[in-house]
This record gives sequence, structure tokens and C-alpha cells, in this order.
Amino acid sequence: MLFLLLSALGLVAQEDLVVHDFASLGPYLEQENDTVYVVNFWATWCKPCVEELPYFESLTEEYSDLPVKVLLVSLDFKTQIESKLKPFIAEQKLTSEVVAFYERNPNDWIDKVDPAWSGAIPATLIWRKQDKQLIEGQFASYNELKEIINSLLNT
Amino acid sequence: MKYLTLATLLLVGLMSLTIAEDLGYQIGDTVDDFTLTGVDDKAITLSDYMGEGGAVVIFTCNTCPWAVGYEDRIQELHTSLAEKGWPVLAINPNDPEIKPGDSFAAMQTRAADKAFTFPYVFDDKQEVFPAFGATKTPHVFVVDKDMQLRYAGGIDDSPQSADDVQINYIEAAVAAIAKGENPDPATTKAIGCGIKAKRG
Repeated sequence: MLFLLLSALGLVAQEDLVVHDFASLGPYLEQENDTVYVVNFWATWCKPCVEELPYFESLTEEYSDLPVKVLLVSLDFKTQIESKLKPFIAEQKLTSEVVAFYERNPNDWIDKVDPAWSGAIPATLIWRKQDKQLIEGQFASYNELKEIINSLLNT
Repeated sequence: MKYLTLATLLLVGLMSLTIAEDLGYQIGDTVDDFTLTGVDDKAITLSDYMGEGGAVVIFTCNTCPWAVGYEDRIQELHTSLAEKGWPVLAINPNDPEIKPGDSFAAMQTRAADKAFTFPYVFDDKQEVFPAFGATKTPHVFVVDKDMQLRYAGGIDDSPQSADDVQINYIEAAVAAIAKGENPDPATTKAIGCGIKAKRG
């Protein structure tokens, strides 16, 4: 009961944070349906990533009635998932879905996300059906992100 | 409508040309020489600095955890490769106005604390990293004595843990070139922190 209360208040770090590898994340990136998927690769220590997190949070909130799904894939080091990532998610009260990710060799998975991705973060993969784009670097504004989502929703 | 399609195609074609230019040097391209100032206040020119084989140019910084995680491995690379004619040149490409921890003074402190024996220079005008097409730290470019780019990408296949490295791409590239072969792979994808460029 106390746990439920604390959870409701956002005081308990997410106990159920999933740690993906590419074998488990890959199929998510292959989904082709009516939903616009927004998958952002970030880390708690990446300043431009953290600066643009509010855009994704706004998207989750503002588009909650529309087929838009945000997934924040943290590349925080696997040794820092408990000490850094989980406390960060709780402190920031992130409402978008967050998962952690670890693969030993970047060369094994970066090209599979998108060959256009150099491997720098922040990077965001946005797609609906087969219409896919990889945006490397920080969004200049929430509007820039929204325009991409809106145009995909209208196709 | 036909003309519109044609115009669109032309536009897309022009855009992809622009993008291709942004990518910087490709494998086999001749690299422009450059001179940058190191933490000891001495200017270093790539062509002068090279060993008998060439040089290992590494864009790195003080602040990115992936780059920091590679510091000891970069030092080890320099120690083992300099005597084989392939010294390391480390370049910080970040704008300290965006990332104060990557200022020239902070570079000097970091180099002293870690007792780097390789030069650590500052791309203060941010002209060198775009020429190479470097996008992140760390990002490595192996340039041979003829100033040809021979390898571009990551240092090894395990950024988070030196203990889990299976392939050191730099050592493999240098060994291949020494045998008169082309590095394979000549490019790899590496994870890194996006370079903090001045906003135009």
C-alpha cells in the first residue's frame, strides 16, 4: 500500500525498466502500421539530449489521442542504469516510455537502426509505415519535431 | 505535373549532393594539412607530426563519457603505435561556449592529470572536424604518410568496457597498411557524443 502510494507520487524509481539489446529492440523498429513511432536515442549525461527531452514529453501529452508513440532509448552505461538512469527518470517524472539499451559493439546495430546514422547522440528515428527518417542532432524547437509528426499523420 | 515531378527530382538530387559534401573525406581521399595548437601551447602541423607510417587522428574531448572511457586506451594506442611510426594526434572539436568543460584550459588540466604523452590540440575555429566529416567524440581517422585517409570510425568494438574488446580497429588498420594492404574494415560505425558546433 505504501509502495503504491509512493509510486503514485513518483517517489519510487521505475523498478521495471527494460534493458534491451538489438535482438529485442529491433522488432519494435520494424513496426509498420498507422502509428507514427518516435524513437529517441539519448543519455542522462548528454546535454543536448536532456535539453530536448521536454519536446518528446510534450509530444506524448499533446498527441495522446492520436496514433503517436514515443520511446526514449537510453544509452547510459549499463553500470549506471541503477545509479544514474533510474533516479533521473524518477526526478524528471518522465511520462514517455523509457527503456535502457546495451550492445557491446556499436558496429553491430547502428546501421540496422538506420545506415544514415553516424552513431552520434542525440539521434531520433521517426517513421510511419515505410516512411522513415533519422534525425541526427538536437531539434531546434518543439515545432520542428511537431511538423515532422504532423506531416506523417497527414499522409 | 510532369514538370513538378522533374523539379522535385532535381531538388532531391541537389540536396543529396549537398549532404554528400557534408560528409567530409572518403577513404582514399587526400587530407588537407592543418595546424592546431596543443595543450603545451605549441602548434602542431599534421604533415610534420606524422611518423614513418602516418598518424592516428582522434577527435575526442574531456566531457563525453564515451571519450573519457577511451582515454586510457588512446594513451595505450599512442604508446604502442608511435614507435611503429603511427603517433596519435588527439583533437578537441567542441565549442566551449556550449560545453565549458571542453575549454582549452580544461584540456590542459585533463592532459596534465592523465599525463597524456600524445599531443592534445584544440580545433578552436572548428574548421578541421568538418573537413574530416567527424560527427562525434570519439571519432578516429587513420591518415597515412601520403596524407591519404585509410580508415575512419571507432577505436574498437567495445566502447563501454576495455575488458570486452575483441577487435581493435586501429591496430588492425595500421597492421594492414604496414603489410601493403587496405584496412578491412576501412570504416566502422561508432557510438559517440555529437560534436558541439557553434550555431550558425
